[in-house]
Amino acid sequence: MSRTVRGKVAVVGIGETEYYKRGEAPDAEFKLALKAILAACEDAGISPKRVDGFASFSNDRSDPSHLAAALGVDDLRFANMQWGGGGGGGSGAIANAAAAVATGMAECVVVFRALAQGQFGRFGQGPQRDVIAGDGAHTVPFGLMSPAQSFAMKVTRFMHDHGVEQNALRAISLASYHHAQNNPRAVMHGRPLDEEKYDNSRWIVEPFHLFDCCLENDGAAAMVLVSAERAGDFPHRPAYILSALSGSHYRAGASVHNTPDYASSTFKTVVPRLYDMAQVKPADVNVLQCYENFTGGVLMSMVEHQFCDPEDCNEFFVKDNLIAPSGKLPTNTSGGNLAECYMHGLGLNIEAVRQIRGQSTNQVDDVDVALVASGPMVTPVSSSIFGTEATL
Amino acid sequence: MSYLNPGLPKPVPAPDGLDSPFWEAASRDVLMLQRCGTCNEFQWGPEWICHRCHSEDVGFEEVRPVGNVYSYERVWHPVHPALKDQGPYIIVLVELPECSNVRLVGNLMGDPEQSVEIGAPVQAFFEHHRDAEPPFTLVQWEKV
Repeated sequence: MSRTVRGKVAVVGIGETEYYKRGEAPDAEFKLALKAILAACEDAGISPKRVDGFASFSNDRSDPSHLAAALGVDDLRFANMQWGGGGGGGSGAIANAAAAVATGMAECVVVFRALAQGQFGRFGQGPQRDVIAGDGAHTVPFGLMSPAQSFAMKVTRFMHDHGVEQNALRAISLASYHHAQNNPRAVMHGRPLDEEKYDNSRWIVEPFHLFDCCLENDGAAAMVLVSAERAGDFPHRPAYILSALSGSHYRAGASVHNTPDYASSTFKTVVPRLYDMAQVKPADVNVLQCYENFTGGVLMSMVEHQFCDPEDCNEFFVKDNLIAPSGKLPTNTSGGNLAECYMHGLGLNIEAVRQIRGQSTNQVDDVDVALVASGPMVTPVSSSIFGTEATL
Repeated sequence: MSYLNPGLPKPVPAPDGLDSPFWEAASRDVLMLQRCGTCNEFQWGPEWICHRCHSEDVGFEEVRPVGNVYSYERVWHPVHPALKDQGPYIIVLVELPECSNVRLVGNLMGDPEQSVEIGAPVQAFFEHHRDAEPPFTLVQWEKV
C-alpha cells in the first residue's frame, strides 16, 4: 500500500480566468496563466510565494522558471511537463504533481494550463506550408489534418462494430449544453441546444456535427495541491486524490493510424490501474467529467471506464441519464469542453473538485467520488479520481 | 487527375530517408512497404527497427496494392484554404491483409457522396503530380 498516491494529496485551491472565445482574451497567454494561479492561491488562502512546484501538459508555453520569477516564488522545487497527448495530459499533470507531493519532492504544487489561441494559433486548422515530410506526409495530402478528422475515423469504426447510432453522440452534446445554461461562466451560457438544432447543424466530418466538437477558447485554469496532512488547514473542503495516472495500450503511438486496437479511446489499460489505486468501482462514481474533444471520444471513454457495455450504448446514452442532479451518471456538469470552455480539459478537473466541495452550478447530491477522464483517443491518456474525506 | 483541389502541403521523403523507397516506388505505380528481413512481418509507418523482433534488417518490398476499407470518413468542413471550395471528400483507412494488416490512409476515388462499407475491397490508384514542384505521387484507392 505504500506505493500509491491514494489519499496522500489533496486539491485545496482552484482558480480560473474568465473564459473567452478564441482570440478574444484581453491578456497575453502568460498573464492568463498568472491570473489563474493567483486565483487558485487566493481560493486556497495562501501566498503565491509559497508555491514550490508547477506541473502542466501539452507543451504549455508558460514555463515554471518564468512563472516562479514572475510570482516571486521563494524556493522552486518541481518543474514538470507531461509529454504528449494534448488534453490527454490533464490528469497526468495532476498525477505528476501528486507524486511529487506524496514523495516529499515538493510541498505545494500548482497544476495549470493557459491558452491564448489568438496569440499563438488555432488547434482546428491544418498546417499551411508548401511541403510536408514524416508521418504527416502520409495523411495531410489526403486532407486528413485536423483533430476532428483524426478521431472521426476511430469513432466511425467503433460505431460500426457496436451498432451505435447518432443519437448516442447527440445525447452527450445535449447534456453539456444543458449544464452550461446553469453555469454563468460558460461560454455557451444563454445558448441552449435541442434535438432539432443539433440535427440541423452542419457536418464537420461524419459522424461529427458542429455540436459534437469542442470549442476553441482562451483562458487559464489552475489548482493547488498539498499533502493530506496539511489539507485541513485551508478554507475549503479538500478534494483528496484517490487515483491519478496515465498511459496507453500496446503501440498506441504507431503512426499513420496503425495502432492495433484502433477503435479505442486508449483507456483500456489505464482504467484497471485507476480503479485499483482508488479502491473504487465504476458504480461508486457519483459524477463524471469526461473530456470532450468530440462526443465520440466521450462515448468510447465511458465504455472503457466500464460505465456502459459497448453493446448498450444506444440505451445508455440518452440525455436524462447524463444530466445533474438525478441522471444515472451526471456527466460534464459545468458544460465541459463543448459548452463551458475548452481549457484543454483542466476545467473538467476543477469541476470535479467543485462537485466534491458541493459548489457546482449543477451540483449532484451527496458526491463522495468524482472521476475525470482526460483526452480520449490520444496517447498517453490519463484519468483521475477525487474523493471527500469520507472516502479515505 | 487530382482527387482534391491543389494547394495542400506536398509530401516529400523524410530528410532522414526513412520512407524514401515508398515515395520512389509510388512514382513508378508500385506500392512498397517496410518488411523485416528477420521475422518477415510488415510494419507501417516505417520504423528504424522491427517493433516485433528488434532487428535492424528492415527493408522495403513490393506488395500487391489491394486491401479492405478498415474505416472511413466524409469530410465537410474545410480546415485548409486550398479546400475552401472542395465540398465533401472521403478519406479511407485501408487495411492490407496480405501485409500483416498494416493500414494506409488515402482518398476513395469517385463520388464524394457515395456510400462506403467497412470491409469493402479496394485497390490502389497512383495519382501522379508530375508537374508539381517537387513532383510527387499519392497512393489513392478505388473500389474493386
